Amino acid sequence: MAAPLVLVLVVAVTVRAALFRSSLAEFISERVEVVSPLSSWKRVVEGLSLLDLGVSPYSGAVFHETPLIIYLFHFLIDYAELVFMITDALTAIALYFAIQDFNKVVFKKQKLLLELDQYAPDVAELIRTPMEMRYIPLKVALFYLLNPYTILSCVAKSTCAINNTLIAFFILTTIKGSAFLSAIFLALATYQSLYPLTLFVPGLLYLLQTRHINPNSAAAVHTCENEEQSLLDLFLGVCHDVCGKPSGNHLPLLLPSQLLGFHPRSLWLYINVFFYTIPLAIKLKEHPIFFMFIQIAVIAIFKSYPTVGDVALYMAFFPVWNHLYRFLRNIFVLTCIIIVCSLLFPVLWHLWIYAGSANSNFFYAITLTFNVGQILLISDYFYAFLRREYYLTHGLYLTAKDGTEAMLVLK
Amino acid sequence: MGLLSDPVRRRALARLVLRLNAPLCVLSYVAGIAWFLALVFPPLTQRTYMSENAMGSTMVEEQFAGGDRARAFARDFAAHRKKSGALPVAWLERTMRSVGLEVYTQSFSRKLPFPDETHERYMVSGTNVYGILRAPRAASTESLVLTVPCGSDSTNSQAVGLLLALAAHFRGQIYWAKDIVFLVTEHDLLGTEAWLEAYHDVNVTGMQSSPLQGRAGAIQAAVALELSSDVVTSLDVAVEGLNGQLPNLDLLNLFQTFCQKGGLLCTLQGKLQPEDWTSLDGPLQGLQTLLLMVLRQASGRPHGSHGLFLRYRVEALTLRGINSFRQYKYDLVAVGKALEGMFRKLNHLLERLHQSFFLYLLPGLSRFVSIGLYMPAVGFLLLVLGLKALELWMQLHEAGMGLEEPGGAPGPSVPLPPSQAMGLALYVLPVLGQHVATQHFPVAEAEAVVLTLLAIYAAGLALPHNTHRPLSYRVVSTQAPDRGWMALKLVALIYLALQLGCIALTNFSLGFLLATTMVPTAALAKPHGPRTLYAALLVLTSPAATLLGSLFLWRELQEAPLSLAEGWQLFLAALAQGVLEHHTYGALLFPLLSLGLYPCWLLFWNVLFWK
Repeated sequence: MAAPLVLVLVVAVTVRAALFRSSLAEFISERVEVVSPLSSWKRVVEGLSLLDLGVSPYSGAVFHETPLIIYLFHFLIDYAELVFMITDALTAIALYFAIQDFNKVVFKKQKLLLELDQYAPDVAELIRTPMEMRYIPLKVALFYLLNPYTILSCVAKSTCAINNTLIAFFILTTIKGSAFLSAIFLALATYQSLYPLTLFVPGLLYLLQTRHINPNSAAAVHTCENEEQSLLDLFLGVCHDVCGKPSGNHLPLLLPSQLLGFHPRSLWLYINVFFYTIPLAIKLKEHPIFFMFIQIAVIAIFKSYPTVGDVALYMAFFPVWNHLYRFLRNIFVLTCIIIVCSLLFPVLWHLWIYAGSANSNFFYAITLTFNVGQILLISDYFYAFLRREYYLTHGLYLTAKDGTEAMLVLK
Repeated sequence: MGLLSDPVRRRALARLVLRLNAPLCVLSYVAGIAWFLALVFPPLTQRTYMSENAMGSTMVEEQFAGGDRARAFARDFAAHRKKSGALPVAWLERTMRSVGLEVYTQSFSRKLPFPDETHERYMVSGTNVYGILRAPRAASTESLVLTVPCGSDSTNSQAVGLLLALAAHFRGQIYWAKDIVFLVTEHDLLGTEAWLEAYHDVNVTGMQSSPLQGRAGAIQAAVALELSSDVVTSLDVAVEGLNGQLPNLDLLNLFQTFCQKGGLLCTLQGKLQPEDWTSLDGPLQGLQTLLLMVLRQASGRPHGSHGLFLRYRVEALTLRGINSFRQYKYDLVAVGKALEGMFRKLNHLLERLHQSFFLYLLPGLSRFVSIGLYMPAVGFLLLVLGLKALELWMQLHEAGMGLEEPGGAPGPSVPLPPSQAMGLALYVLPVLGQHVATQHFPVAEAEAVVLTLLAIYAAGLALPHNTHRPLSYRVVSTQAPDRGWMALKLVALIYLALQLGCIALTNFSLGFLLATTMVPTAALAKPHGPRTLYAALLVLTSPAATLLGSLFLWRELQEAPLSLAEGWQLFLAALAQGVLEHHTYGALLFPLLSLGLYPCWLLFWNVLFWK
């Protein structure tokens, strides 16, 4: 399977290189849907030049990246385009190997449950075979690399790509079973933006399950938590020593007034990202990777300053759940909504800023519609997943008490 | 969420969409057309009113009396221009300086992509001359512009004369709070574009222009003047600009106020304003004016110098003096007084014009339709595409497409890359290949461009025969042979709806015009049924045919109908102008049609000839 992956990587790198050299690169790097004040490349360059002049990069409230990013780009500023192309490639490779291992785990679990007779007798068509799962890792890499959102983020040199790489490596190390490495990557990702902290719970659940330990065992939970917490403290301490400034300087920007593209919202939306973790953990404790997918999507929807790069990360997972396709109910309408909104973003921006006729309400209405579309998409996948689980345990062809075909209704 | 999650209601909705689809589509299309036609009737069309307070309540007494001076300047200008053959730059500089302005010149040059047959130019170089009247008591932060575009022929001399006389009159007044720039451009719109680019320090069209020596502050408004006779019977106003952009309605209201005050006869689209909107005659005349405006806005051409100002957020109008066979004539003093009044009122502006509408349609000079009232027309038309797409999706779902992955069979997506490649060829090849064409065929470059355009367009019609051959070697599913073309039609319908939607948001007229012609045949296209009839319909509604039809309609509405031969010649000239304007001013009609709508139309052509 290495050759197709290499081919996909080559095509992706060519597309990105072609766009970097064209005149579109500057236009894309200023688009507000692709870069946000937290991830814009211009601000990284600004911070680096302030550092060169001996001034603190955080003075002036322009630069909002972490000190580690400063150190990374201090040495790599001349190869910035190469760095971003490599991060995209690394993300794709990490996802490829993660999904490859995950498929093996899924198949093993399915075999175990079949042997234990946990499935109803007539669900033969819902059982997944290794044949159909063969090309999924390649498709995941393809979906990530050739997604227009990813390409736009890469060409705009948005640091969201680096965050995506860290989360992808976190997923890879979690699936491989290494608690220490996954804690490191989660700490790095949380260090850059606070939201990946919520991925701690699904990661923990997965690690405990693969070690065949009862998740309710307090001691095991405590050990993993301790490792994670100590690593996070380690990073915060390192940064504090190294640059003499609290590294959480970007936190004030995450304040509610800047949520969802500058519309004022209450504190509840900011905490919204963290709200969903507990209910999802209760419902999806048997399926931590699906939980992780939903959580990443929730982060992408509800974070302050969302960009299309965040959307691209969870969209890469769609091939993993393509066996749910037959249970999705609104996929046509939702795909249309998302495509229409993506196309209307630049049109309404043009009308607002250049034609002077529309105003910000039009543009942010499209932002809200895009988010509504994403929310409906995620809830559709959630519904499809639960429905498949229900069918697996209760049988595919359900009959009501009087013998007619029953209908499943989500209450 | 009930509609999306309740299976009972979903099934009812699905049944409704599938069963009543055809009647709903027809109803929606008819509703769209009917809504558009109803735009000229009183509840939907409103009287115009001045929204900007700063321009509303001041009483000004115009004192311009320099009619003789204007005529003298005009005669001198015409004589000098005839002598030198180009713009008499030295004479203009001298005269402007004698009137009391700060005079500067700017030279520019541009090599057009191919020779322009209508204006007979290829390597263009010229000089713009402009004089700045500095406001006596202000800081030169804002300015107004009065411009006269001078072409290579001998028109617009009276406009230059009036400009100079107005400059002399304005120089003697003390109430100016903004600088006034009096601009005379050479090679009409090319010179204006060069001046604007240099003024705003950008380079969007590849013009080589020398930088400006003198500048006057942010331009708040501009008026372009075109006068070719000593007396006029009416003043015609043009508002449509590049890519269908319109100035703020307040500027038009301002012009109309002064026309009424001075008793001038003003026309819009060359048509008089109907007085009576209650009976049927007024609205019918309004419909003619409205259709003319829609056609002009859809063409995306800058109909006058003002069209180029709009791109830089400068509200601008073009005023043309018409000398027809009417008895009552107005001399230059009347026109000068109207301009003086307009500039005095614009002088009072505290901020840019923003109170009134930027997007509107005009059935008459004192009537307008705002965007909130005309948008449903195009909404109904696009609803047809949405309903058809929904119906196709449900039919595909029932036929069992759900068992496959969302990617679908490769069959339906095969015509997509060749169609897009044809569109790309249509965009790139004519201008690139003109020299090769002139070597092998006995045609001029402009003709070569147009003929290549038509050749590639017609070659696209042969596409289905080429893309279906590889498909026949593939194993075709025998369960549901309709699935291939239905999936392709679904993609094509969504593609068309997206494009028309985005176009309608920025240029309503173009979106509406294309929707009226392309939506019915797109909805009807299928391989079964009377194929020749559908093919003829599809060809008749293709973008090029729509352009041809619009030309005939436009001349018909202007009461100068065309014969077939003349119409064809005009069509070829329009094609050449379209390509040229894209390269010289950045007009978007040519790329939109070649890269967006033509590939989409080819997809429907492929659906029609699906085997």
